[in-house]
Amino acid sequence: MNRYPLWKYLVIAVALIIATIYTLPNFYGETPAVQVSSTRQSITVDTALMGRVEEALKAQNISPDGLYLDGSSLKIRFKDADTQIKARDAIQHALGDSYIIALNLLPASPQWLADLKAYPMFLGLDLRGGVHFLLQVDMQAAIDKTMERYAGDIRRELKNKQVRYGSIKRNGNVLEVQLRDADTLKAAQNVVSRTLPTLVVSSDDAAYKLTATLKPEEVTKIQGDAVKQNISTLHNRVNELGTSEPIIQQAGPNRIVVELPGIQDTARAKDIIGRTATLEVRMVEDDQGKVSDALAGNIPAGYDLLDEATSHGDSKILVKKDVELTGDNINDAQAGFDENGAPAVHINLDSTGASIFRQVTAENIGKRMAMILVEKGRAEVVTAPVIRSEIGGGRVQISGSMNPAEANDTALLLRAGSLAAPMNIIEERTVGPSLGKENIEKGFHSTLWGFAAIAVFMVIYYGVFGVFSAISLAVNVFLLLAILSILQATLTLPGIAAIALALGMAIDANVLINERIREELRNGVPPHSAIQAGYGHAWATILDSNVTTLIAGLALLIFGTGPVRGFAVVHCIGILTSMFSAVLVSRGLVNLWYGRRRKLTSLAIGQVWKPEK
Amino acid sequence: MELFRIKRDIPFMSYGRLTTAISLVTFILAVFFLATRGLNYSVEFTGGTVLEVQYQQSADLNLIRDSVDSLKLGEATVQSLGSSSDVMIRLPNKPGTTSAQLSEKVMNLLKAKDSTVQLRKVDFVGPSVGEELVTHGLTAAILVCLGIMAYLAIRFEWRFAVSAIIANMHDVVIILGCFAFFRWEFSLTVLAGVLAVLGYSVNESVVVFDRIRENFRKPGLRGKTTASIIDNAITATMSRTIITHFSTEMMVVSMLVFGGPALHGFAMALTIGIIFGIYSSVLVASPIALWLGVSREHMVKPVKPKEEAVV
Repeated sequence: MNRYPLWKYLVIAVALIIATIYTLPNFYGETPAVQVSSTRQSITVDTALMGRVEEALKAQNISPDGLYLDGSSLKIRFKDADTQIKARDAIQHALGDSYIIALNLLPASPQWLADLKAYPMFLGLDLRGGVHFLLQVDMQAAIDKTMERYAGDIRRELKNKQVRYGSIKRNGNVLEVQLRDADTLKAAQNVVSRTLPTLVVSSDDAAYKLTATLKPEEVTKIQGDAVKQNISTLHNRVNELGTSEPIIQQAGPNRIVVELPGIQDTARAKDIIGRTATLEVRMVEDDQGKVSDALAGNIPAGYDLLDEATSHGDSKILVKKDVELTGDNINDAQAGFDENGAPAVHINLDSTGASIFRQVTAENIGKRMAMILVEKGRAEVVTAPVIRSEIGGGRVQISGSMNPAEANDTALLLRAGSLAAPMNIIEERTVGPSLGKENIEKGFHSTLWGFAAIAVFMVIYYGVFGVFSAISLAVNVFLLLAILSILQATLTLPGIAAIALALGMAIDANVLINERIREELRNGVPPHSAIQAGYGHAWATILDSNVTTLIAGLALLIFGTGPVRGFAVVHCIGILTSMFSAVLVSRGLVNLWYGRRRKLTSLAIGQVWKPEK
Repeated sequence: MELFRIKRDIPFMSYGRLTTAISLVTFILAVFFLATRGLNYSVEFTGGTVLEVQYQQSADLNLIRDSVDSLKLGEATVQSLGSSSDVMIRLPNKPGTTSAQLSEKVMNLLKAKDSTVQLRKVDFVGPSVGEELVTHGLTAAILVCLGIMAYLAIRFEWRFAVSAIIANMHDVVIILGCFAFFRWEFSLTVLAGVLAVLGYSVNESVVVFDRIRENFRKPGLRGKTTASIIDNAITATMSRTIITHFSTEMMVVSMLVFGGPALHGFAMALTIGIIFGIYSSVLVASPIALWLGVSREHMVKPVKPKEEAVV
């Protein structure tokens, strides 16, 4: 009577197989590797690059263990850390600065597991070591910057339309334009509301004052854009640190999380994150005599010879030392298309920038101007377009001889010079690599010994049924680890604690069942019915108690941050797997063991004590 | 092996007055310590910087304290962490200096005194983050309570829901009281432990309530008073209660022994939670349910097609 239909055994078997496959990668450990990826969309990582890397390694007599393309990056495995570092230097030398070359650890599990998308669990910073920052974006500063820009725009528009005005003042988030009389007030209102539709304009007829504020949706947009721009700027900067898997994410409306596994030098990390790159606009010298002099190593006074990175390779360009304009005057740079449909970069200058730009372009028609990004004292020419005509109004368009990816890169680099709004570090964690390893060890030992103690106790106390309980508890661990590996949820030390606790709590279900069966036996119920009744009665209780625990787990998941969340994820999954294993798997074992015996007189569930009547 | 050989039902309910009185006293004591001593919040809540450093041999705490004090960074706490060679230095937030500068300053100073010192961990938390954690923690706790109450009210009866939650909150307050009394550090991980106890301890009440409901439905126990039915339910689940908690506690003890300082607070919170969880579910929740007037009519609905779902 205690038999499962075949499909139930199949469900258990399939679950076990899947669990085993996806838990496996966690046992293989990791091998040192070097990861090569590109900083720009226009420079692709492809098989040609793979060939170059292979040759560079061969030249240094380094033989990699494996070499493969993975999405947009190239990964090369090595057998030990020494070779890894040697190889990194060799590759760096061969490829130059256009690529990010980072040290990395790759799972050492065989390829067939990787093909099944079976990867080891993703370890949190407290287990692998590294730095974590929580940055808060100063939104008021972002708004202030925008309001200043609008003040300049209003000034310019009013001047263009020859509306005479007294003064333009910024008062918090409100722009106030003082006008002379009712006529100019009306004219000004018309001009502003027509040319700057993102502003809400209202007028005070008695004081001839025009006030302009941002539309609420514009405010949200500015804040969203500020966070987005800061994130992309951070990406560019973090890339320089050579971290293999940096995490840069928005956390809440105005916060950004930066996690850099493996980085130990926090001071340097903070330096780079907080650094401001500057953009300079300078004139290019195309006089052949001077250029060939400079290329020969004899740079004329007042000039710099800089690198220009293009998709066709690096080239040199001679520019004047005088800076015409800086990145401070650039409000925005976006990739787009010009009137002929060719890829272009649109730059928006502020009012000071616009007037300087008009003058510079008027004087230098036919010449080239270079946009130079200066970072860490190293200057690089982003783009050097030819000036075709005088450009006024602060809207600059660079086009010609670029593809959309290059346009994107250029826009990104032009923006990279500035953060949309300043950021403050409000939380920082650094975990040394040795501490991370120790934490894994400690968590592992706690779980292992706790599990062993429970298993031994269950076997002693409940006999064969104790063995079933212990086995289903072990299945629970496998299922839990497999699901965590499949989800690639971040495992932290509190997460390991949750695994241990999940096991400690999961045994409750088995104890309930075993006690119930004993009770039925004590009341003189025959063994098969006792098993049936024991599982039946216990199920309702198990369900209720697990649902209440799950409610607590879900609340933790929703409201928890950091360590609490790491705990909650594992806790919730653990509750679900324990219900499966404690009820279905242990029943399956019992049925396999006892199900076919018709004349069952006793169960090996430890001694069942009966009170003397 | 059978550890619990109970011949007769233990009249728990007749001790109800005594046991709830004991609970009340512990509860009041816990609230008192929470109010007077307060929780020793970790840096995650208060904001500030914590450095963990490791020496090759055992560290001289007084020397470290003196040298950190000489930097005039405000009131610094220096204490050993688990072993004598691991030291934790805690510094308050100071406007104007960033944590990078701070940790560098301290490390340079310590390195000058003893070059073997190694920086193991730095935590810096700005002042605004802590308040959020407290509000989020409280919201989570309230939501857990409401969710559990709603579920129990639907599955059982509102009287059970109310008494289970009172028993539960009592556990949580006592854990917090212990942390306040011993001045153990209250960190986010401990908070996770406390909230897990909230879910775990209600388990216990659910098991007993389940038995009470079943007993009410049993034809053999029809003539019995509510008190004796509850007594019977508690006695019947006694063995399971103790074995389960013992098993869970084995796991927690393993964490206490092998888990190191990082899991110590978490395991401590669970230990207290488990001990008081047994006590409160048996000796607090059930008497309250009885006093709230739970009876057979509440549990046995007139139209009930099946006794219980059998799987």
